[in-house]
Amino acid sequence: MPETIINAINMALTEEMDRDERVVVFGEDVAETGGVFRATEGLKDKFGGTRVVDTPLSEIAIAGGAVGLAVFGLRPVAEIQFSGFLPPAFDQLVTHASRMRWRTRGEWSAPLVVRTPYGAGIRALEHHSESLEGAYAHVPGLKVVIPSTPYDTKGLLKASIRDPDPVLFMEPKHVYRSIREDVPDDDYEVPIGEAAVRQEGEDVTVISWGAMMHKTLEAVEKIDVDAEVIDLRTISPMDRETLVESVKKTGRCVIVHEAPKSGGWASEIIATINDEVLMYLEAPIERVTGFDIPVPLLSMEDYYIPHPPRIAEAIERVAE
Amino acid sequence: MTKNTSQGADDLDAPWITQDDLPVKKYQIIDENGEYDPEDVPDLTTEEFVDLYRWMLVEKRYAERMINLQRRGEMGTVGSSRGHEASIVGSGYALNDEDYLLAMGRETSAMLMKGVSLRDILLFWRGIDDAQKFLAQRNCMIGISVGGYLPVVTGIGWGMNITDTDAVVTAHFGDGATSTGAFHEAVNFAGVLNCPAIFYCQNNQWAISTPFEKQTNANSIAQRAVGYGLHGIRVDGNDVLATYHAMNEARELALSGNPVVFEGLTYRREGHSTSDDPTQYRDRDEVEPWLERDPIERYEAFLKSEGLWDEVDEEAMVAQVDEEFDAAIEAANAYGPRDIEELFVYLYEEMPPELEDQLRELERSLSELDELEEYIERRPKG
Repeated sequence: MPETIINAINMALTEEMDRDERVVVFGEDVAETGGVFRATEGLKDKFGGTRVVDTPLSEIAIAGGAVGLAVFGLRPVAEIQFSGFLPPAFDQLVTHASRMRWRTRGEWSAPLVVRTPYGAGIRALEHHSESLEGAYAHVPGLKVVIPSTPYDTKGLLKASIRDPDPVLFMEPKHVYRSIREDVPDDDYEVPIGEAAVRQEGEDVTVISWGAMMHKTLEAVEKIDVDAEVIDLRTISPMDRETLVESVKKTGRCVIVHEAPKSGGWASEIIATINDEVLMYLEAPIERVTGFDIPVPLLSMEDYYIPHPPRIAEAIERVAE
Repeated sequence: MTKNTSQGADDLDAPWITQDDLPVKKYQIIDENGEYDPEDVPDLTTEEFVDLYRWMLVEKRYAERMINLQRRGEMGTVGSSRGHEASIVGSGYALNDEDYLLAMGRETSAMLMKGVSLRDILLFWRGIDDAQKFLAQRNCMIGISVGGYLPVVTGIGWGMNITDTDAVVTAHFGDGATSTGAFHEAVNFAGVLNCPAIFYCQNNQWAISTPFEKQTNANSIAQRAVGYGLHGIRVDGNDVLATYHAMNEARELALSGNPVVFEGLTYRREGHSTSDDPTQYRDRDEVEPWLERDPIERYEAFLKSEGLWDEVDEEAMVAQVDEEFDAAIEAANAYGPRDIEELFVYLYEEMPPELEDQLRELERSLSELDELEEYIERRPKG
């Protein structure tokens, strides 16, 4: 039976809680209701109220509490209900989680996971649709992971929970239930820091992640360009090798993300390509992104999102 | 100072509550004149009474010598703990080795009591990163982000609950920290989860240049406990016995699942740090009376009336503290050598390739750019 990304999250959490009793799951509304997206449904019944906890509405304390738990030897998996509520928690991720190992020269560490649904496209209220992965990836010591498929979601979340360092796990909520694929019951990990080549091609490298991965695949299908499509999967630390090897082969590159354009992660990818393989480029690199504005409210939201026609046009232009 | 929060409420019909409905007492054993009721004195041995005195001398002497070192350019920015001796020693003396102490930086003797070496405290203030490693080995951390580490404290307490660990975690912080959102969330959260946490506010009346009455409209920090459903207490933080006794009880409460908001009322006699000039924002008239209320002298009066003063050889104690301090400086001076690798290797358990490349790049610059070393200053000594 094909599974959704939501199911995959639930499978990963269930299996990891079963495997390791140090894993604790908490956040706003995660225990009694299974979270607003039902990602944690059934966990409290299975693992009890000590390991699956509804917290006060306290983003600072959820993230900071996760740091303390991790320092004390537990494996916290905290949920921040929407990525738009991350900014208060950001302080704890920057000031403590990401640097606890560095600060204490390896004596303490903060192996925690903060899960959060991110991105536009579900007609949510203000502050529910942000996509600021570039800002989070800028923090030294914080790993930022964004799956795009159910299979990867399970494997990457398991890898994140087992990772010895703090991971911000951003879930593309726009495709939480619309993408299905077979997800094995087996215990498997998808390694953090490795991009996936979704489709091989010779003409142009197209790099994307999260919900935009699917818009990108749709765009590529509609045009007559032999595109190599890469799913970055981990924003930080970034798999430079896969990107560089692909651009070496194609000589052309388009990057697609829904975060605002200026200072977005596409800039970092372009800089990396310049550093490593500038002389292979046959055309300027283009990026198709959201705009440098807050995500609009629901009536205008779709103007913001990089839809397949915009992506397709950019790929065709670069491939010419 | 009582604030005018009840003013106007008397004329209203609805049942308003004000902070005057909950007067907060100041818990004290030895008063400002050294007077006390023998019945209130905690049950300590002669050795322990003398030990409290010795620790306060350690704290005082340490503060004096650190300032001197800073002025000689042998230490980075430091904050003097002068005036806080009873608050630090009384609270630290109640803690066990397995307890956690996350501090703001004015808690040297409390950390020494937990087994941290003086050398490592010196290393910390010299900006040698390894110091936090050694602190962490004794369950201690110094948090520079004001109030920011309080949620971490709650998390550690939560971890103690989940793992049935028989210990408490204490956060030491100043009055300024209580205005941060992190304080509110940490304390509230700890209450909901019954964490064995003690939120110890060393209320020294000043957050750099902002006085307590501009920090909050509340009369006390202790009264806030009620709003969170916690136990709260306001203690004369210049009274080492009251501080110790209340902290001991706070520890019991915390162990039984009742987090505590603990306010130790004291006074920062000197600047916020060596970079601060307190004469810019407060009058000598304000400082003078506090200088007269020295916590060490007050305790000396107590020891004298208990007939314990003969047990104290102050000169020998100071000599011993100085000797230990000299040895610590020597050990700190000898610390090293250090390698630039340490800047990179500790960020992740496994270094990502990008970071590996950056380390190699720095190594290359250092070996190939002749003048680079000259531009790299390593100050202060260390």
